[in-house]
Amino acid sequence: MRERRREDASTWRGPVRRYDILKEATIAIVVVLVLTVSLAVLFSSPDVAPVTLQAWASAQPKGFTEIALRELEDTSTSATYGPPYNHGTGFLQQFYGVSIQHAIGVTDPIDPARAFVLDPLDTVTGQPRLTSALDRYAAAPRATRTAWLHSYGKAIAAARLAGPSLEVPSAHYGPVGEMLGAFLGMARSGGLDAELVEHAPFYVTNYTNPILFLGDSAVAQPNSYWNEIVSAQHLQGTQWGMMNETGSWPGQPWLWLYTMWYQVEPMRTSHNGDLEVIVIMTVLSLGLVFVPFIPGLRDLPRMVPIHRLVWKSYYRTRRQETPGTTNGPAEPT
Amino acid sequence: MLAAIFDLNSPDHYLHWGFILISLANFLVVIAMLVLFVLALTVPFVHDRRRHRSVGPGSQGHTRALSTETSESVTPVGPSHARADLGDPFGSEHALWTTRLRRLWLRWLPPEKLLPDSQPAYVASWIYVFGVLTLAGLVVAIASGAVLALEGPIWWHESSVGLFVNSLHMWSVECFMAFMAIHLWGKFWMASWRGKRALTWMTGAVAFLVSVFEAFTGYLSQTNFDSQWIAFESKDAMNGAGLGAFFNTMNFGQALMLHIVFVPLVLVAIVGIHIVMVRLRGVSHPIEAHPEHLEPAGTNGTGAVSTRSSGLEGSGGTAPHLAESIVDATGAQL
Ligand code: HEM
Repeated sequence: MRERRREDASTWRGPVRRYDILKEATIAIVVVLVLTVSLAVLFSSPDVAPVTLQAWASAQPKGFTEIALRELEDTSTSATYGPPYNHGTGFLQQFYGVSIQHAIGVTDPIDPARAFVLDPLDTVTGQPRLTSALDRYAAAPRATRTAWLHSYGKAIAAARLAGPSLEVPSAHYGPVGEMLGAFLGMARSGGLDAELVEHAPFYVTNYTNPILFLGDSAVAQPNSYWNEIVSAQHLQGTQWGMMNETGSWPGQPWLWLYTMWYQVEPMRTSHNGDLEVIVIMTVLSLGLVFVPFIPGLRDLPRMVPIHRLVWKSYYRTRRQETPGTTNGPAEPT
Repeated sequence: MLAAIFDLNSPDHYLHWGFILISLANFLVVIAMLVLFVLALTVPFVHDRRRHRSVGPGSQGHTRALSTETSESVTPVGPSHARADLGDPFGSEHALWTTRLRRLWLRWLPPEKLLPDSQPAYVASWIYVFGVLTLAGLVVAIASGAVLALEGPIWWHESSVGLFVNSLHMWSVECFMAFMAIHLWGKFWMASWRGKRALTWMTGAVAFLVSVFEAFTGYLSQTNFDSQWIAFESKDAMNGAGLGAFFNTMNFGQALMLHIVFVPLVLVAIVGIHIVMVRLRGVSHPIEAHPEHLEPAGTNGTGAVSTRSSGLEGSGGTAPHLAESIVDATGAQL
C-alpha cells in the first residue's frame, strides 16, 4: 500500500510529448463560444412572465378571496408556518429532535393578516365605506372578528361572480364583506402587486410578501391559478420539478439526485422531508469531497477497468517495450 | 442613524465665501485630508539601519545589490536566473515576506511548470480535454453574465439583444455544468486523486457544489415565472435547514447580489486553487504504470513532470531513455 502510494506521488520519467497549454486553452474557448452561440441562435432561452396577483384575482376571484380570508383568520400556510416568519409549527422541521430552524427562531417576522391584507387596504383613500369598515373591524373584540370571518367563510361557499365583483350572499359577517370586496377590487386593478413589495412604493427588491401570499394558494388549493400553470410546466416538486424548466428547454439536470429523494419514502410524505433531504445531500456532498479518503470508494476505479480505456495507448506501448520486466506490478491484461 | 452616538440627522452648517458654499462636514473632511498630507511629508520616517543597501549608479538588478553592511549574510549570487530570483539581496536570515513568497513560489511552481510545453505521453485521451473545456465554459458564462450585469436585471426581458445575451449565458452554463460532470466522471474512474492530489480532487468537488449554488442563485435572479416559483419552492428547504435566517430566496436583491458578486468570487478563487494544484502536482500517472517510468518522489516533493522538452514529437512511443536524457539535461536546476 505504501509502496503504491509512493509510486503515485513519484516524478514521471517516462515518455513525454509536446504540449502547448495556451493553444489548448484558446481552442477550448473558441469551441465553447461556437457551441454557445449556435445553441443560442438555434434555441434562444425561456422567459415566461411572472404571475401577478392581478392575474390571479382576475382568473379566480373566489379562490383569491378565500385565501385572503384565511390570512385574516390566521389559518393560512404563511400564518402557521413557523420560523423564520412566526412561532407557528406548520413548516417547523426537525431531525431526530434537532431543529436548527427552531433554535435560530423568528428572524423575519411576518404577520400575514396585517402585511398581506390590512396594511394594503389601509392605503386606500376616497372610499368612506371601506374606511369605516376597517375602523369597525379594528375596534371589534377578537371573538366578534372571529365570528364575522367564520360566517363569511360559510357564505362565500355560495358566492357567484357578478361582473367584476364577487356576490357573496349576505350573512352576519359585519365589515368583512366590504373589506374583502375592496381587497379583490384592489388586486384586480393591479394595485396590490405594488403594495405588497417590501420597502414599497420605491426601490423594491424584496418580494417575500407577494410570493408568500401567492404561495398560500399553491399549498391550500390544488387547482389554484398558480398551481395549474406550474403543473402544466412540470415544475411541481412531485414532478421532479426542481430539474425542469418552462417550455422545452433543459433546466438544472444536475439537481436530479436532490429532487429524486423527494420522490421516495419516507421523505415523500414526511413532515420533515426537506430537512431529511438536506441531511442526505450534505452527507453525500461530503462523501464526494472526501472520496480520496474513503476506503472502498477510492479503490473502485482500480477494480473497474474504465481506466484501461483512458490509458489504452500507454498500456499497449508499455507491453511492447518491456517484455521482460519482472519486478513491476502485474501487467494489466 | 439610530445607533449613532452623534445624531447627524439635523441640518448641517454651511460655510459661505463668495461663490463657494460648503457644508461644515465636507469642510472638516477636507481639512483632515490636508493635515494628513502635511504630516506625511514632514514626520520623520521609521529608520532601520541594518537593512540599508547602496545601489550603484545605473544598477538595476538586485544581483549587484549586496553591500558592506550585510556582507556577512550575503547569498552567493550565481549565473542562473533561478538562483537570482530565489535569493534575498538582504540575506536570507532576514528574508522579507515578499521574498519568501517569491522563493516558495519559484520552488513549487516554476514558470516551466505553470506554463509547460510538454506533458507525459499517456495524456492521450479526449477525457483530458474536459477540464479545460469546463474552464472555457466558466469563462464564457462569466463574460456573458458580465454583459447582462452591465445592462441590469430587467434588460433581457425587453430587448432582443438582451434576450440573445441571456441565451448565451444560459447555454454556456449548461455547457459548463455538463463538461464539469464529464470531467468529474473521468477523474473518478482514473482515480486522479492518487499521489498527493487529494486537494486537487477536493477543490474540484467543492467547485462543483459551489457551481450548483451559483446556478441556483442565477435561476432566482431571472425575474420571471421560473424565479418566482423556484423562490417559493426552495424556501422550505432553506428554512428547514435553518438557513432561511441568512438567505431568503424570495429576496430578489439578495439573490442577485449573491449571484453576481459573492458566489462568483468564491467560485473563481476555488477554481484558481484547483488549476494551480493541477499545475503543481501534474496529471496523475496511469494506474499500474511501469516502475521504470517513475522516480520516487524526492527532490522537490511535488511529484510532477519536470521536463522541458526540446522538440519532442508527441508520439506516445518515445523511448523511456530518451525522455530521461531530456530530464537530465534540463530538469536538474531544481
Ligand atoms: C469549475 C469546475 C472545474 C474546472 C474549471 C476544472 C478544471 C480542470 C483542469 C483544466 C484540469 C487539468 C486538465 C484535466 O486533467 O482535465 C483539471 C484537473 C483535475 N480536476 Fe478539475 N475542474 C473543475 C471541476 C472538477 C471537479 C468537480 C472535480 C472532481 C470532483 C475535479 C477533479 C480534478 C482532478 C482530480 C484533476 C487532476 C487531473 C489528474 O491528475 O489527472 N475537477 N481540472
